[in-house]
Amino acid sequence: MATTVGFVVGLVVNPVAGLGGTAGLKGSDGAEVQRAALAAGATPRSGERAARAVRALLAARPGVRLVTVPGAMGEDSARAAGASPGLVRLARPAAPTTTAADTRAAVLALRDVDLLLFAGGDGTARDVLDAVRELGGQAPPVLGVPAGVKVYSGCFAVGPAAAGELAGLWTSGATVEAEVVDLDEDRYRQGRVSPRLYGVLRVPAARTRLSGRKTGSAAAAPGTVEGIAREVVSRMRPGVPYILGPGATTQAVGRALGLATTLLGVDVVRDGRIVAADVAERELAGLAGGAVLVLSVIGGQGFVLGRGNQQISPRVLSRTGGLLVLATQQKLAALGGRPLLVDTGDEDTDRKLSGHVQVITGYRESTIYRMETT
Amino acid sequence: MSELAERTNKHSTGESFAEPHGQLPVRPKPPLRRFHQARWDEPIIFELSRPGRRGIAVPEPGAPEVELPEAVRRAQPPRLPELSQPHVLRHYLRLSQENLGADLNVDVGQGTCTMKYSPKVNDRFAAEVAELHPAQPVDTVQGVLEIYHRLERMLAEISGMARVSLQPGSGSAAIYANVAMIRAYHASRGEGHRDQVITTLFSHPSNAACAKTAGYEIVTLMPDADGYPDIEALKAAIGPRTAALMITNPEDTGIFNPRIKEFVDLVHSVGGLACYDQANANGILGITRARDAGFDLGHFNLHKTFSTPHACGGPAAGACGVSEALAPFLPGPVVTFDGTSYGLETPERSIGKIRPGLGVTPNIVRAYAWIMALGAEGLRAVAETAALNNNYLMSRVLRIPGTSAPWDKRRIEQVRYSWRELSEETGVHSEEIGVRAADFGVHYWTSHHPHVVPEPFTLEPTESYSKEDLDEYAAILAHVADEARRDPAFVKGAPYNQTIHKIDPTPLDDPKQWAPTWRAYVRKHLG
Repeated sequence: MATTVGFVVGLVVNPVAGLGGTAGLKGSDGAEVQRAALAAGATPRSGERAARAVRALLAARPGVRLVTVPGAMGEDSARAAGASPGLVRLARPAAPTTTAADTRAAVLALRDVDLLLFAGGDGTARDVLDAVRELGGQAPPVLGVPAGVKVYSGCFAVGPAAAGELAGLWTSGATVEAEVVDLDEDRYRQGRVSPRLYGVLRVPAARTRLSGRKTGSAAAAPGTVEGIAREVVSRMRPGVPYILGPGATTQAVGRALGLATTLLGVDVVRDGRIVAADVAERELAGLAGGAVLVLSVIGGQGFVLGRGNQQISPRVLSRTGGLLVLATQQKLAALGGRPLLVDTGDEDTDRKLSGHVQVITGYRESTIYRMETT
Repeated sequence: MSELAERTNKHSTGESFAEPHGQLPVRPKPPLRRFHQARWDEPIIFELSRPGRRGIAVPEPGAPEVELPEAVRRAQPPRLPELSQPHVLRHYLRLSQENLGADLNVDVGQGTCTMKYSPKVNDRFAAEVAELHPAQPVDTVQGVLEIYHRLERMLAEISGMARVSLQPGSGSAAIYANVAMIRAYHASRGEGHRDQVITTLFSHPSNAACAKTAGYEIVTLMPDADGYPDIEALKAAIGPRTAALMITNPEDTGIFNPRIKEFVDLVHSVGGLACYDQANANGILGITRARDAGFDLGHFNLHKTFSTPHACGGPAAGACGVSEALAPFLPGPVVTFDGTSYGLETPERSIGKIRPGLGVTPNIVRAYAWIMALGAEGLRAVAETAALNNNYLMSRVLRIPGTSAPWDKRRIEQVRYSWRELSEETGVHSEEIGVRAADFGVHYWTSHHPHVVPEPFTLEPTESYSKEDLDEYAAILAHVADEARRDPAFVKGAPYNQTIHKIDPTPLDDPKQWAPTWRAYVRKHLG
């Protein structure tokens, strides 16, 4: 059993996360949606899910110190789980209907914890990400308790109890990067899944031996992404431009080259140098001649093209000379047999891209996987 | 009784005892056995060592006393623990009580490992060769060489291959030898540029691991919608860089790929070799053969299919079989027979020696004895019984609410099951169910990573277990599944009846803390 001396876990709950789900609203972003959900009889679920996480945390690590903010944003869940949390008062107490600003303020207030648990969905993860960016190097590692309607980001454990358990059993201090992805809710309500990558959060590294318990986040084991990056670099040829799409895996390729490529943008590198960073479609089209595309899988749906990287248009694609798709084995396994997806907006381009592709899953390791149009 | 003990008892027995009958009460046994493992806190044998303590091996009466020549004597005595005979006996008996060995439990939970009964009578034959010297002149070991020769021919007949080597000391050693032969074969034809090995997600992962260790790039095929390896993916994968396909069939799901010959033909069409990992051969003995499907080489695990102990119970043994074209590359030496006497020779382009002496001779003798006891019809009966046992157990397991076996396909000798439904309902994971099952004296492992089958567990009952054994195993799983529904926290808190109740697994992922030998333990942990 893990020891508890000095280990402090912070807790932030977005009390309105998940409201829209039960009301069939496909998300809870914005006060209007929240009001509509409440009017439709929706009941908040994130507080109860956070309490489940705290119960699992206390079971895995008895005597752990818990710190949170007053009321529905943490204290209520902690007490419901039988904990006596330390409380950090916010300068401006949250109103009953909390907002993104309240989540950010709570994260900033809990900056000194060893690990911050937050309960919510992808929207909440974005708010946490904003606060973590503000804190810079001072930010603690975080772990999401899935409680929202949309939970596609890699920073979430697979369930509330799994989050608490992982937090309790995490003693190594090792972390990995996990992507924060969110869907455009308006488009989602129209039946279109449009994941977009917002950034990365540092989350506890799940123990590889026990990842079968699924107590970990969707993030891969330490070293996996670096192995993929090493493989891509070993395939790079002199004089050939490489277009690095958005994502933590493609950014790791930049890192392996010693380059500070962007996380969210599309960059072009050649001969170990950045040719252009965070380029728009027009500029990219001018640089794409003979280039090799290096793309990772965005979010949990398997999108490779057409979501979050629309700069890589059919025009750009028509000029490129190759494609490398990157994903961890865990990410492919999580697709449950569903294909990778392309949706560039041009049927002919999509058709040409469809078929079996080689997905780089590690250093000198790849998997042949189906890619299809949406 | 403590609260925990009361709860454990309640959960373990399931129901109360019946009323006594007549004058002398006869109490029926509880539905599940009330197992409890021993706890001895037994030190490591090196910690028990005291200078000068000795066990005495009494010499055979009349045996001449022979002094070792000075030239082969050690300058320093080996740093072995010094103990008396009863201390050694007690030490190992205690350790044996602190684990769930193959001879103690209904060992069907290690699917893909083929944990069949290792007949004790064969140990007596194996003991006959225990003192064979690796450098003994061949004219003094004709009987042993005859056994090697005969076993090689039997395995060649069973697999359809032309020649067999019994050198490898384990399954992975055999797989590595296969990779080395693939490399040597292509190099001999001036095709050393072939640097890719194709395998499948549900083939034994040692194929990918060995090939990668040998320097190959690994290309993995995922299962298709029916659970078979995706043949369209194979078509996309093969090319001038293809060195070989290394594949298991049936795969670790227990599903036999009926299109295997097409896979082999596709690989051959680009000049690659087809290598059959026959780790899962227990359900196909005497029914289908590797060479008949066109495979160029492959291996058996004698410790799986042919009953010899697994590596954790003693050194294991592998057997590499090859076509005529690959025979010159076999590891050496191999046994020759000129019609009157047996000899040893190293094949012309051998990948070399991969094990001291002749290999793990005691296991060669055990495997030979096992096959001789069964005969050809007996081997087929083994396969049919293993498949029957497996399908019977599957019918029992799938009756447990919350279980499933993805892909609606017939299984051969094992099944990769899923607790997904139960896990989603209760929050209890497969690993936790397996740990709780150990409280009843059985265990299972989940499965290789990544877990494409969610919350997996893999059972392989072999031919060794009776209907009652399988019923007991299924009843334990059903009981634990029921516990998970009634009291998930209780199952998550398991085990309660084991030597060690919970460990912190974090150090298992930290190579800096690993101590595979006593010397490493002293250096790393005792300073």
